[in-house]
Amino acid sequence: MIGAPLTRVDGVAKVTGAARYSYEEPVANTAYGVIVTSTIAAGRIASIDAKEAQSLAGVLLVLSHENAPRVKADAGDRKLQVLQDDAVFYDRQPVALIVADTFERATDAASRVRVTYDRKAPATTMSSPGAQTYTPSQANNNPPDTTRGDFDAAFASAPVKLDNSYVTPTEFHNPMEPHATLAMWSGDELTIYDTSQGVFPRRASVAKIFGIPDTSVRVVSKFIGGGFGSKGGTNPYCVLAAMAAKVIGRPVKVVLTRPQMFGGFGNRPRTEQRVRLGADRSGKLTAMAHDVRSQGSRYDDFIENAAVISRMLYAVPNQITTHRGVRYDVVTPTYMRAPGESSGSFALESAMDELAYATGTDPLELRLINYAETDLSEQKPFSSKSLRQCYAQAAQRFGWASRKAAPRSMRTPDGLLAGYGMASSTYPSNRSSASAAATMHADGTVLATSGGCDIGTGAYTAFTQVAAEAIGLPVARVRFDLGDTTMPPAPEAGGSQLTASVANAVHAAGVALREKLAGLATANRNSPLHGRQLADLAFGDGRVFVRAQPVTGERYADIVRHSGAPSVMARADVQHDRRAKGPYSSHAFGAHFAEVHVDPDLGTVRLARMVSAFAAGTIVNAKTARSQFLGGTVWGVSMALHEEGRIDERTGRYMNASLENYLVPVNADIPSIEIILVDEQDEFVNPLGIKGIGEIGNVGSAAAVANAVYHATGKRVRELPISPEKLLT
Amino acid sequence: MRPFAYARAQSADAAIAAMAQDARAAFLAGGTNIVDLIKLDVAQPGTLIDIGALPLAAIEVATDGSVRIGALARMSDTADHTAVRSGAPCVAMALNLSASAQLRNMASIGGNVLQRTRCVYFRDVTQPCNKRQPGSGCSAIGGDDRKMAIFGANDRCIAVNPSDFSVAMLTTDATIHLRGPAGERTTPFLGFQRLPDDPALDTNIVRGELITAISFMPTALTRNSTYLKVRDRASYEFALVSVAAALDVRNGTIHDARVALGGVAHAPWRARAAEAALIGKPAVRATFAAAADAELRAAKPQRLNGFKVVMAKNAMVRALGTLGGAA
Ligand SMILES: Cc1cc2nc3c(=O)[nH]c(=O)nc-3n(C[C@H](O)[C@H](O)[C@H](O)COP(=O)(O)OP(=O)(O)OC[C@H]3O[C@@H](n4cnc5c(N)ncnc54)[C@H](O)[C@@H]3O)c2cc1C
Ligand code: SF4
Repeated sequence: MIGAPLTRVDGVAKVTGAARYSYEEPVANTAYGVIVTSTIAAGRIASIDAKEAQSLAGVLLVLSHENAPRVKADAGDRKLQVLQDDAVFYDRQPVALIVADTFERATDAASRVRVTYDRKAPATTMSSPGAQTYTPSQANNNPPDTTRGDFDAAFASAPVKLDNSYVTPTEFHNPMEPHATLAMWSGDELTIYDTSQGVFPRRASVAKIFGIPDTSVRVVSKFIGGGFGSKGGTNPYCVLAAMAAKVIGRPVKVVLTRPQMFGGFGNRPRTEQRVRLGADRSGKLTAMAHDVRSQGSRYDDFIENAAVISRMLYAVPNQITTHRGVRYDVVTPTYMRAPGESSGSFALESAMDELAYATGTDPLELRLINYAETDLSEQKPFSSKSLRQCYAQAAQRFGWASRKAAPRSMRTPDGLLAGYGMASSTYPSNRSSASAAATMHADGTVLATSGGCDIGTGAYTAFTQVAAEAIGLPVARVRFDLGDTTMPPAPEAGGSQLTASVANAVHAAGVALREKLAGLATANRNSPLHGRQLADLAFGDGRVFVRAQPVTGERYADIVRHSGAPSVMARADVQHDRRAKGPYSSHAFGAHFAEVHVDPDLGTVRLARMVSAFAAGTIVNAKTARSQFLGGTVWGVSMALHEEGRIDERTGRYMNASLENYLVPVNADIPSIEIILVDEQDEFVNPLGIKGIGEIGNVGSAAAVANAVYHATGKRVRELPISPEKLLT
Repeated sequence: MRPFAYARAQSADAAIAAMAQDARAAFLAGGTNIVDLIKLDVAQPGTLIDIGALPLAAIEVATDGSVRIGALARMSDTADHTAVRSGAPCVAMALNLSASAQLRNMASIGGNVLQRTRCVYFRDVTQPCNKRQPGSGCSAIGGDDRKMAIFGANDRCIAVNPSDFSVAMLTTDATIHLRGPAGERTTPFLGFQRLPDDPALDTNIVRGELITAISFMPTALTRNSTYLKVRDRASYEFALVSVAAALDVRNGTIHDARVALGGVAHAPWRARAAEAALIGKPAVRATFAAAADAELRAAKPQRLNGFKVVMAKNAMVRALGTLGGAA
């Protein structure tokens, strides 16, 4: 069962509308909150005139810093201190919440709130006067700076030296489902239906903000229309909904508008990355420095850990990596799919491509010359690494051998420039503690639960499979439920860790359940299994039976019935400290190969095809896994060619705040992407051998496309996205 | 979004009369532009007068051969109509390169001609904009002007007209048929959409007037036409630059030419200098390049859109090259 390409168990519910998202939870007497956001990036609120809004029929509450309940200070990011004072420190910061009896009335009233400001001239770029550089204490839980060997000496004496800077722009997640929360209080107990990547971390954070125990908060998140990191951390809208619900004593729901999804609630920070490579004439690396500057807000620390990938991807003996934050008047950035790895791999893998041309080495050959047999950053062996196989299988399938080495040397039949590019990919295999429960009912069906979230990746399906396999049942008889803090705890769906964490717990719970059932049978004098040893028993197709004599056995349903209880439950808690250092370094690896076509007269770049291979240990569901790799790879194409938050430097407002102007690829931009799943077994990473797969797809994919553009045109674009003007002028 | 009243007009006269009742009334055709603008608070009509039921959707060929496209004809039906496809191929191409299939099935031709600019400052009511709020200033000047005009702009507005169809129509000598409180009138398509002398006015329509149809006469010139649209991604995006071109080539010599550019000005831009440089010349690449140069010489790019000049030039050469003549 594990590995089978099972079709999504929640697919029908989703396409028929039966799947209920947070905002859709039907709760009686719910009121509607609409946020008013700031129109300046720095300064103070001078006045809020809500008279007109308040006078409209149906308006129940206008919440602003003048009347909002106080929340706990020091309860996470400054941006969660919403409506606590008159300070404005980013554009589209919430400055008021209108609550009305209908969404339409709240929307109308919100547009009639007049806010005036004492405006300060904002710093709106990393190089604006007033922008401040700081040294962070950590970079997304990694040390911000590292050194090994002697970079300066090695770089100085390297026969081949490259020193270039690369820029990735501010990017916005914009999942199909915007951020939304429905909050309701019962006394001091808070329940929120929240579009969240992790109900337990959300519970802890919300409890802290309101100064109540975790146990007084229930968070439910059954279906999520995409998260990509944006629904990882708690956001102001969630606090606002809970505040308003408290004040009016009614359930309140709040959803962001699409423009509000840009700018006011976190984004991938812009990065400026300097990469220096020193190598011998064959392309063998002797020195590497990767220095990152990451967009940051005035108040909170968040660093795009873009140089972390450079610490382990290649066998380079002398290295420096650094991360600095640059504070200016923008919202606190946040995690966005492969934070650090995707933006960092653009710089690193572009630089490697430049080194390939500088040394006259085939780009793929260059990667092999610098192949890391061990993780030099941790001085540890890899628990498994199949990057060579990824290179080989993808290159073969792509037809890399037919590439002509010189830039601008290949043409399509209709006269466009053609280019081939490739890049490596990797993502760390993370895991956290997780628990799961499995209950066998008297009808022979199982309900398995764990409080993880399915952010659209297929967690429901994967965990159904794992439970079915562990217990020995057909999948049709297993129902998996998740996304509720009343369930056994699970970590957030972030860092590509959910499946590795929860699947191991679900498997353990399933094994515990079947053994408990076996124990009931062997203890029951009327059971055909009476007196048998567990070691002699096997499980499958809904029964326990004697391994050597399969006809002798008992159905699970009968065991439950004979037990006298309505059901039999088992639970497993699998402890794992995500930051604990084991004897091995564990990463998934991959390789991307891209062909682009460039119109030399019009400057337009179109992807022609891509082949990407990944090795990520045990694949739980070959179909949903492929979708993850594919979606991640498309994301990289998007990063290379389309995405960019465009800030008005005078105001600090992102002006392309719509899906019309914030470009992502449409179907016509993605003609063909082939995903190869490379077989890999990892005995060490965790009991089921699972590595994360949710983010690795967009690591390296942008670089592969950008490298193909260079090959096609002979022009190196080091600032994304590669829009026509960068090739025309 | 503000509340508004909704009324369904039963006849053209009733629709026109209804407009007179409410100074803030607006017509609703496919709704793909006006409803967006209402949601953004850019448009705040008192009443939406739905003209969807009026019998204005037909596409007909008159006895003199002229093609008359009803104002309520869908973009998709217009693009598929044989009289349009053969009479002015660039019009069908422009429509098929517009928006998405779903939108083309909703949106009307009349609404397409009257759709408002996509200027991001115009569409964000928190930003000053002379078009939305006369006298408040133009935020695009000195701001993100990447998509803005390179022709015909002034210090009050640098926005561009978003309609692909309108650019293509300039290759025909089309006529707009209107009906209003003062009766019926016709006006040439060329010039109906305005340059931003008064940014608040997109077109020369008189308040309360209904577009009833757009007509054109197919000729040897209009039958040999093409549309090239350049954009950041492959589909579903407005033009950075577009070119509609029509050539009547006789014995290798350009007998007549029409060239219009989109994405470059507050109205579709008739490239008269290019046309003058084409007519009477051999239909070869050097002529096309000279024509493009002649037109783009007058371009005045903004801070971030100098690339549009190169792009427009090359697009013009490319489009003309597909129509006639050799390299
Ligand atoms: C996502 C998106 C992408 C798009 N991409 C493109 C593109 O690439 N190229 C392109 O050209 N267009 C594009 N469009 C615009 C689209 O073509 C227009 O919105 C559409 O043509 C408008 O027609 P409608 O019938 O929906 O007009 P409506 O929205 O109903 O009306 C638009 C305006 O015209 C007025 N009006 C409508 N009909 C009449 C009439 N007969 N007489 C008088 N006034 C009238 C209305 O009062 C309103 O002011 C896009 C739109 C969207 C939403
Ligand atoms: S360019 Fe025109 S539409 Fe845009 S902000 Fe300026 S005045 Fe308004």
